[in-house]
Amino acid sequence: MLKSSLLAITAALMLTGGAAYAQDKTEIVFVGKNTGNPYFDSLTQGFVDACQVIACNFEFVAPATAEATSQIPFIEAQIQRGVDVIAISPNSPDALNQVFDSAREKGIIILTVNGDITGNEEHRDATILPTDFTKVGADQVEMVGSLIGYQGEIAILSATTEAPDQNFWIEGMNETLANDSKYANMSLVATVYGDDQPEKSTTEMEALLANYPDLKGVIAPTTVGIAAAAQVVQSRGIADQVKVTGLGLPSEMRDFVKDGTVEAFQLWSPYNEGWLAAHFAVDLKNGNATTDVGSTFEVPNLGTITINEGHSINTQSALTTFNASNIDEFNF
Amino acid sequence: MTESTTTSMQAREIVKARPAWHVMLVRPELMTFILLVIGIYVGSLLSPFFLDVNYILRSFTLTAELSIAALVLTMVIISGEIDLSAAANMALSAAIFAYVQAAGVPMPIAIAAGLLAGLAMGALNALMVIRFQLPSIIVTIGTLIFYRGLAQVIAGDRSIRVPDWFIGVNNVLIADIPLPVIIFVLVAIVLAIVLGTTTIGRQIYQIGTNPIAAKHAGIKSNQIKVGLFLTLGLVSAVGGLMTASRLGSVRYDIALGGELQMVLMAMLGGTYIFGGRGTILGTFLAAWLLVIVSTGMTVANLLPAIQLTVLGVLLVVAIIATNFIYSRTQR
Repeated sequence: MLKSSLLAITAALMLTGGAAYAQDKTEIVFVGKNTGNPYFDSLTQGFVDACQVIACNFEFVAPATAEATSQIPFIEAQIQRGVDVIAISPNSPDALNQVFDSAREKGIIILTVNGDITGNEEHRDATILPTDFTKVGADQVEMVGSLIGYQGEIAILSATTEAPDQNFWIEGMNETLANDSKYANMSLVATVYGDDQPEKSTTEMEALLANYPDLKGVIAPTTVGIAAAAQVVQSRGIADQVKVTGLGLPSEMRDFVKDGTVEAFQLWSPYNEGWLAAHFAVDLKNGNATTDVGSTFEVPNLGTITINEGHSINTQSALTTFNASNIDEFNF
Repeated sequence: MTESTTTSMQAREIVKARPAWHVMLVRPELMTFILLVIGIYVGSLLSPFFLDVNYILRSFTLTAELSIAALVLTMVIISGEIDLSAAANMALSAAIFAYVQAAGVPMPIAIAAGLLAGLAMGALNALMVIRFQLPSIIVTIGTLIFYRGLAQVIAGDRSIRVPDWFIGVNNVLIADIPLPVIIFVLVAIVLAIVLGTTTIGRQIYQIGTNPIAAKHAGIKSNQIKVGLFLTLGLVSAVGGLMTASRLGSVRYDIALGGELQMVLMAMLGGTYIFGGRGTILGTFLAAWLLVIVSTGMTVANLLPAIQLTVLGVLLVVAIIATNFIYSRTQR
């Protein structure tokens, strides 16, 4: 009985509701990992700004927690809303496969942004990654090398032991250190894991300092880790002896850079990811771009973008380095 | 037995019997039903995409596993106990199933292993609560952490894939209705009949209302409670396998926090947390209420903070209303 009365109301509503949503603008939704994350605020702003100049409507949604399945109801809701493009920073490499499939059956384009569903790429249309992740390891080793004069002991403070991105970069760091003679006088003494929790990261950093008194540099390729490491160095006043670098958010690292605790660190621009994703989404929808490997499209301010192997796109070719001279230009 | 009959006889002489319509209508499930109707109405105002039966049914499948277990949990709560480990049980039984099948064991045996694991977890809870006479809330908080931890030991931080043919229980439609919804409705009907019409059903209420009187009346409380814990363990394992089928992979964190959602369903449906009162119908309606409220807000793209606030308010309203109605009608 409930069902039949619902059906009747639905039918009535479809008559009235359908017309209001018929328009030419591309409907884009970005599903974030979770709410209250400054990194994604910047990424979202890229979408918002793009949709003020090109023909798209943008909305941001995100679950309260970044748990593997928490994004599923939000994707179901977007399917129901009939959006054109779902951009998403996936919380799981495979738990979303089924819901992605049902979205694509309805003709919705799925773009993973800032992280991919590695191993399940056939369940999405394309991925937009901030930079070429195969170069991050080498870039970070060069960064720490330049800070310590290419000589001495270094350590890595990472996120969780299973974090796919970090493990991939650490692999790159190890290869670079082993194969490039430029870094022959540097030795990696430890790789520790702070689980992306401030307290655990702080404890691990203190343990590193206690266990390796000759430590010269620390790479923390995670925003939580680098902030915790910088905090430890700042409170002990040992910025001259131990150089902290890695991947961090300018907003969180600004004070450490200004007071000299951290000389330089790196990241990419999340803003550009959103900006690019919105342009790509609209071009895809209008047939001005394809997801074919090797094809190109134009994005204002970023130039010609090429679709790489695995239907992946990078917003920038190398990491951006932040230091005292440029940190004020970035607000994410 | 004679003692309680006398008291109720005396009570009847003093208090006038309630009219039939009063008995029929003034009950906690009515409040759940009214909230459900309001929820559907508000949801339709929030978004033009909300009132679509297929969408609501599809959304229901996302929590169907928890809802099915919540039906059994309702009976556990009515009997005066609680089991907070059911969601962790889902994760562990699914992890064991996935691990065993990934190791190359034939699927039927892997499925049986998952179900047996669920039964064993129910048995462990029952052993400690019934045999060792420990409070069920403490025992199941302990096993909730233990089962979840064990699931993480088995599955690690990775996902374990299941075979393609096993994927998609939620996409199986019978008369346009997803299979998990049908299972939920069938389980609800069976349990409602057991609880509402059978001797065992009446005894469950009696154990929950007054365990000592029930004992004197010769009710085999321990056996019934063991049976309930075992049933919940088995049903949770079935839920775990359904979740594995829906997601296509198993992680240690599936149904994380699900125990609170189950208790929320029981409370919203008017089940009294100290036992003795509650119905399957109430939990049945509450499961729908939660789906209606959360999908209504999600499809309107409301932020999770607002959603959590609304759910919290709903629970508080439900508890106040339930207590109010019980104090008016049954004392």
